[in-house]
Amino acid sequence: MKISCPICGDRDIREFTCMGHASMLNRPDPHAGAKVWNEYLHNRENPAGVIDELWWHGQGCGAWLVVTRNTVTHEILGARLARDVKKEMRDAG
Amino acid sequence: MVKLIAKSAAEGLLPVEVAGVRVEEIVAPLASLSPFQGQDAALGKALKKAHGVVLPKAGQITQAGEVSCHWFGLNHVMLMGAAPDASLAKVAAVTDQSDAWCRVRMTGEAARDVLARLTPIDLRDAALPVGATARTDIQHMSGALTRVGEDVWEVMVFRSVARTLVHDLTTSLETVAGIAEMRSA
Ligand SMILES: [Zn+2]
Repeated sequence: MKISCPICGDRDIREFTCMGHASMLNRPDPHAGAKVWNEYLHNRENPAGVIDELWWHGQGCGAWLVVTRNTVTHEILGARLARDVKKEMRDAG
Repeated sequence: MVKLIAKSAAEGLLPVEVAGVRVEEIVAPLASLSPFQGQDAALGKALKKAHGVVLPKAGQITQAGEVSCHWFGLNHVMLMGAAPDASLAKVAAVTDQSDAWCRVRMTGEAARDVLARLTPIDLRDAALPVGATARTDIQHMSGALTRVGEDVWEVMVFRSVARTLVHDLTTSLETVAGIAEMRSA
């Protein structure tokens, strides 16, 4: 399996570490309350299909990526720099 | 006071030569440079002015005489062959890494075959031409691989795994030489 890092190009899966669902980018306010934090930390959708995840290119350029993949076919549909995704989220408010 | 003796990372381990491929250690000043936010262009300017080298793009190295600059990751380059000028610290985080890495040069026609047994990346001309560098996995170690000449490669890993690198390179060298010998027999 290969992931196409936006910086390094196609790289073997062994260079990457999965760091969880991409919803981890939506960190709540520190004072958002236990309910919101519980939701953020513990509850995930578990779809049979397309999912966005954070992957870390630790054995490569060191970038954090948002990788879109299909959990059924294992197809990698795309990868973007997590910082770009986060910036878009911030800009969108 | 105890007098400590400075030892290079691969002291006593290199050079090694097997079937025309030579591995030797490079001992030179090393400093990591990470531009502060939005200071990439300023770092490029300062680098050029102080050391004569251009800030390398992702996956590239640049050179000016004895000094070279290797791309080393996201917002991260490594200045090699010269102590970093003080002006660089105004626009980038500068850290001396001279003793933190083991840097070796491998020269020989079979060097690519030797490396191909140790790393998952594509080492062919189209993917890694002369002047290209990659951060990658080198036999489970986090390292950097640079093509400095047609048959000249540089390999860097953390100093703490220098002995493992030399062992892995030597084993691969012997295997590649053995396969060549079998084929010619
Ligand atoms: Zn990468």
